[in-house]
Formats: sequence, structure tokens, C-alpha cells
Amino acid sequence: MFETLSYLTLQEYWWFLVGLLGALFVFMTFVQGGQTLLWTLGKTEIQRDLIVNTLGRKWELTFTALVMFGGALFAAFPLFYATSFGGAYYVWMAILFCFIIQAVAYEYRKKPNNVFGEKTYEVFLFINGSLGIVLIGTALGTLFTGGHFVVNDMHLSHWTVPSYGLEAALVFFNVAFGFMLFFLSRLLAALYFINAVDQAEIIDRARTVLKYETWIFLILFVYVIANILLMQGYNYDPVSKVVTLESMKYLHNFMAMPLVAGLAVIGTLLLIWGVILALFFKSDKGIWPAGSGVVMVVLSLFLILGYNHTAFYPSLSDIQSSLTIENSSGSKYTLTAMSYVSLLVPFVLGYIIVVWRIMNREKITETEVKNDPHHY
Amino acid sequence: MEHLDPSLVDWSRAQFALTALYHWIFVPLTLGLTFIVAIMESIYVKTGDEWWKNTTKFWMGLLAINFAIGLATGIIMEFEFGTNWSNYSWIVGDIFGAPLAIEGLMAFFMESTFFAIMFFGWEKVSKRAHLLSTWLVAVGSNLSALWILVANGWMQHPVGMHFNPDTARNEMTDFWAILFNPNAYSKFLHTISGGYVLAALFVIAISSWYLLKKRNIQFARRSIMVAASFGLIVSLFNVTTGDDSARQVAQHQPVKLAAMEGLYDGKPGAEIVAFGILNPNKKINDTQDPFLFKLAIPYGLSVLSYHKLDAYVPGLKQLVYGDKEKQIMSAQGKMDRGTKAVTALTNYKKAKASKDKLAQAAALKAFDADSAYLGYGYLKAPEEVIPPVATTFYAFHTMVIFGSWFILLFMIILYLTMTNELHTKRWALWAGVLSLPMGYAAQEAGWITAEVGRQPWAIQDMLPVGMATSNISSGSVMITFWMFAVLFTALLIAEVSIMTTQIKIGPKEAKHV
Repeated sequence: MFETLSYLTLQEYWWFLVGLLGALFVFMTFVQGGQTLLWTLGKTEIQRDLIVNTLGRKWELTFTALVMFGGALFAAFPLFYATSFGGAYYVWMAILFCFIIQAVAYEYRKKPNNVFGEKTYEVFLFINGSLGIVLIGTALGTLFTGGHFVVNDMHLSHWTVPSYGLEAALVFFNVAFGFMLFFLSRLLAALYFINAVDQAEIIDRARTVLKYETWIFLILFVYVIANILLMQGYNYDPVSKVVTLESMKYLHNFMAMPLVAGLAVIGTLLLIWGVILALFFKSDKGIWPAGSGVVMVVLSLFLILGYNHTAFYPSLSDIQSSLTIENSSGSKYTLTAMSYVSLLVPFVLGYIIVVWRIMNREKITETEVKNDPHHY
Repeated sequence: MEHLDPSLVDWSRAQFALTALYHWIFVPLTLGLTFIVAIMESIYVKTGDEWWKNTTKFWMGLLAINFAIGLATGIIMEFEFGTNWSNYSWIVGDIFGAPLAIEGLMAFFMESTFFAIMFFGWEKVSKRAHLLSTWLVAVGSNLSALWILVANGWMQHPVGMHFNPDTARNEMTDFWAILFNPNAYSKFLHTISGGYVLAALFVIAISSWYLLKKRNIQFARRSIMVAASFGLIVSLFNVTTGDDSARQVAQHQPVKLAAMEGLYDGKPGAEIVAFGILNPNKKINDTQDPFLFKLAIPYGLSVLSYHKLDAYVPGLKQLVYGDKEKQIMSAQGKMDRGTKAVTALTNYKKAKASKDKLAQAAALKAFDADSAYLGYGYLKAPEEVIPPVATTFYAFHTMVIFGSWFILLFMIILYLTMTNELHTKRWALWAGVLSLPMGYAAQEAGWITAEVGRQPWAIQDMLPVGMATSNISSGSVMITFWMFAVLFTALLIAEVSIMTTQIKIGPKEAKHV
């Protein structure tokens, strides 16, 4: 089946899957957003326990989505994996540190003799939810603004500045992208709490967060999207593979791919609709249109980054070293073999949805948390 | 391709070794304890006895503490291939990345999804659905081990690929050869059965401590019965998988085998060293005895390696300097051919850049003739092919000696449990407690044997570690090494503290139905 596809189609298929995984990960960052709302929404110990336990049933999925995102990039676009991770070293290491401390925080927070105390683990959760997400957003921003690397004729890459990725934080667009993700994760978290928790005060406070922070998010979102539409992009010639700068490249990409543009517009509207549902109709279902919208918008951003002869990881040190889905991918054989494995994706998504429905069939209450001997 | 700064290579090695050693403290227990928990829950579902439910929940609680820190140390492993081994990620990423991605899709999602039901779903799903979730977590964690060991097995014995001079990397040509690489399966089975042995020791150690303290008697006895039965079966299986693993090493990594046994001079009917102290001053080309002291079993190594009493086992001298009679090529001979391959590859790239088709074809022909030795072209001296002998030797023997003891321990404990005498034999209970650190030591020793014994290769005979690292400053890696060292140590201290506290609190006892 996949053998008959052209090499380019397979590369596009895998870029789509990577984009989808990235989009699902961004949706799942409501866990991180929720961690930063721990003290905002939880004013008493039991309320904070309720918040942690609500998120605690989902954090591993977010964690796995991140690992899977990395794994798919490694398998399908190994040159990106080698160049970005091996070059922007400090940024990725800082991100990993933020996720290491998250992994233990849920389980260890309330355990007796946990050495560092409950507060420390709550701080770990906050660092993961704030710094971790801002850094991931900053790193994603470099897909538009580029990195300081060169790739030699043996396809081996190295970074050309000694700050190894930290310089990305000096680019305002990258940082704005990071903070946009941060506020998005908090919006999604507020919507998720409204959906999953049966505790009036927490829900009221979640609505207050939505009421104010939606504006902050929208300002950042408009700034980021306007920049993306107006900025120069890196186009490559499909025959010669020569990379050149093109003004308003991403706007052109949207125009060349109206379906992708439609995905972005519908996604944005769904996200806003989700917030409106929660704020004005007092509905607890806002997370679903908002979450779907986030997946659609993020996916559309990945598609304009990699499709239509665009270098998805521009090099600021040597424009011809810029990475495209064509020059950074796995071999045709590997992409074909992996494509068969990808047929499992609907099955995996299927059982995740089934388990999600089972676990969220009834809203989580203070009583349930109190009575659960394994509560976090 | 350029050879990278040696201190960068060493710091990168150190960081990966640190991460792997910490990660491997937690993973084997998860691999085994998930099954032990699943077995206990199966008994609960079959009998309806609430006592088994509480027992299951107790061990599940300890599993969760271990599982969390296993995840924390695990995420680093995947991303370190990119951050610290970026050349590796390109040169073999086309092959190595696939099992990692499949691991995420097939195993990690299964684990993380059903983990939620396993821990929080007791009241949300039926008994059978909960049991199914517990088994799926066990299967998921073991599937994860399968895929990572398919990847690791390929590093020990690369198959199913070819080197593409245009992309300057190895590319997959046969997915099934990689998936069914015999080396991967012997490693997988040996690794997971080792994990099961550790889990059995864990349960026995804690239960023995309860018996020594004369508390939770019934809980401890029943847990020991399950663990000792499970442990005896899996430790015997572990011997057979170890035997298979050793034969794989003999066939595909003879230098590693020679280092594991401190064998400098090859011979037919080679003995195996059961216990020995190496001569620290021994050099490969001198005549000193490699051992200060040894207890050896005649013909043992020949039998272990080739299942023949008189089979010839080459030593380090033959493998480094060659042996015409035995048709063993010297490392220098391989390096000469590797150098030719490196030169031909460089010429090919130049000819391609200048669009000189004739020169391109000539360079490619020259490259094809010696491409199998490409990795040797980056070594500087023949002796570089020898891994650290002392580390490999002592790690291997620690694993074997402790592994043999565990079989005996499981037999004794099981016998005493069946005769209802265990609680009266304090020496046996102390043996049960003290064997747990030995179990962890055996686990780590096994990985040190496998990974240190493979040096200087990242991919056996194909890619030396000196070529595989990321081209960053060694200072950067040094900084993150110490950050990891401090963080992991702090988390380990917290984990041990929480775990011991939970053990002291003990299980909630319930009456039998």
C-alpha cells in the first residue's frame, strides 16, 4: 500500500503525523496549565488535592505525547533531531529538566517522608507548567525564526554560537510564542476543570481565569499570527533544492493551501467558541470545541511550516543548511515501514478515548479524592 | 567527518552512563513488579478474596513510587540521543529511530492510558476490566523493553541496513531482519527475566523484613510464596537466556567476550573463570599472567560460547593483532581498509560536488570494496578496539555470581515456605533481605558488561563513539552532567525515603473471605 507512494508523499505524510502529534501535545498541555493554576484555583488543601488529582490522571498522557513527538521526529526526520537537539543544547536540556521534576512531583507530593516537602513538589509542578511550556513555545518559535547551525556535506551539523540555543530567548517573537502557549495551556486547564471537577469554588475561579486571561492569550495570538503571516519565510526550489528568502512566505502557503487556511480559521473560531460556551452559557463542554480548535490551529501551523516547498527549520548561519522535509527525512524504506506502523494510530487514539470517557464519566469530587487511598 | 574532542566524548559517555545507570535502578523492578501485581490481582478476581485486593494495592503503591522516577529518568534517555549523540542520530537514525518511535506508539501509550485505570479506576470499572488494565500495563512496560532492546540489539549486532554514500548514513533495508535480530531477542529475554528476578527479590526482601519484625505475617508468607515461585521459574529461564546471550556475544562481539573472561591468548577447549582477580599491570603484548588468582572450570568457555568442548575461543591478542592460521584479520588490517573507505567516501563527495561522473564512479567502486570497515578508519591505534577489561570482567562475574546465588535463594525460600518453617529461620529471612541490594548490583553489572564491553563502538564494528557525539563544547556537557548527577541523586534519596516509609507503614490487612 505505502510502497506505491512517492518519497515526497511519504515525507509529507510523516510531517502531517508529526504535526498531529505536536498538536495533540499542545492540547494536552492543559495539564501544565492546570499546574500553574494550583494556587490560583485551590485556596484550601483539599481543593489543591482535588486539582492535583484531576490532572494526575492525565499527566502521563501529556508526557507520553511529548516522548512520542520526539520519537516520531527521530524516526522520520533524523536530521532535525540531530541538528536541533544536538545544537540548541541548553534549551532542550532545560525543557527536559522541567519534565523530569514533573514526573516525580505527582506521586511524591503527598507521601510521608518525601524529603523535600509538599511545597517543593508543588513548585516542581509550577516550574514544569510555566518555564517548561514557555521554553517549548520558544523552541517551536525557532521553526519560524531559525537557528544558528550549519550542516556539512556529510550531513553532520553543529551550532555556530556558544550559547547553544539560549540565544532564541533574545528573539521577541520566540518568547511571545512561548508565552502564548503558556496562556493557552491555562485557558485549556480552566476549561478542563470546568468539565471534570465537581467543586463550585474551583469552577467559579476557573471562569474568572478564563474571563481575564483569554484577552492576554488573544493579544499574544494575534501578535504571533500577524507576524507569521507577514514575516519572511524560507522557500526552496523543488528541483535545484536551493533555499531562498521569500517575503510573506507563510501567508503564501496559506493561500496555496486553502484547506490548511480553513483548518486554521475554523480552529480559531472553535477555540473562541469553547471559551464563550464556558463563560456565557455556563456550559461544562467548552473544552471540546476549544481543544479541537487548538489541535486544528497547531496542525495548520505545522503544515505551513513544512509543506509547499518550505524550509521548516531555517539556518541563520548558512541558508543552504536549512532543513526541509526532503533533506532531513528518513529513507524511503524506513518511512514506508513506519507508515505501516502508523496504521496503529487510530487504534491507539480509540482506546485512549474509551479510557478517557470511562475515567471522566463522573466528575471528580472532594469526597472521591479523600476516599481514594492512592490519591496524589 | 572529523574526530571530536576526546574530553567531549568522555563527558558525553559519562552523562549517558549516569542517566542509564540511574534509569536502570528503576526499570527492572517495574518490568517484574507489574507482572507480580497482575498475578496477585488475578487471584483476587478469581477468588473474590478482599485480602488479595489489599495485597495487590500495597505492591501497586510501591510500584507507582518506582514507576514515577523510572519515567523521569527515561525521558532523558530518548532525548540524549539527539542532544549528546547527534552525529549518531544522523548516521544511524534511519534505523535506530524506528524502534524508538514504535515503542512510544505501541507501548508507552498503552502503559500511560491503562495506568490511570489501574491506580484510580478500582471503583470506576468492573473487576475484570480493572484486571485487564493491570495486565495491559504489565504487557505495555514489557513491550517497551522489547522495542528498546531491538534498538540496543541492533547496536550490538547491526543487520538489515546499508551505508548510503550520498546521505552519508546507514539506511534500513530490511525491517524484519532488525526486528528478528537474534541478538535483540536474546537480550530482550535475558533483560526482562532479569527484571522479573529483581522484582521477586524485592517482594521477598520486604516480606522477609516483616517476618523478622513479626508483623503482617500472613501477608508476608503469601507474598513470599508468589514471589519465590515466580522467582525460581524466571531465574532458571534467565540462565537459558544468558547462555543464548553469551553465544551471541561469542559470534558477533568476540572482543567483548575475551574482555568478559580476561582471555588474552585464544585456545581450543578454553576454560571459564568462575572467580578471579585480574593482574592490574597486565598489558596485551607482555607475557605476564592476566590473573593474580583464579578459579576456573575447564572447557567452560568453549562450551558456553560454541556448545563444544574443544571449540577455539580467540583471545584479545588474536583479535587485535590477527591470526592467519585462524583467519582472524588484525585490527590494523581493518583500520587500513577503513582508511581507504574514508578516503574513497571523501573523494566521492568531492567528485559529486564537481559533477565529475567518472571520478564519482571510481570513488564509489573503491568505497564499496572497503565500506564494511568504514568505522575502523576513524580509529587511531589497533589497541583502541579493546574495551576496559577490568570493568567488563568484574561486571560480568558479579552478574553471574549473584545470579547463581539467587537461584539457590529462591529454592531455599520456597522450600522453607512450603514446609512452613520460613518464619523460624532468621538466617534465611536475613538472606532474603540482604539479597535485594545484590539484585540491583547484578542488574547494573549486566548493563555495564553489555555497554562497556562494546566500547569503543557505539555501533559494533561500524561507528566508534568518537564519531558519534554532538559537536558541542565539553564544558556544556560537563555542566549538564553535574546537574543530572545532583538532581537524580536528590530524587533517588526522596524515592528511597518514601519507599521505606511506605514499607514501614505496611499493607492494610483484611480478613479472608
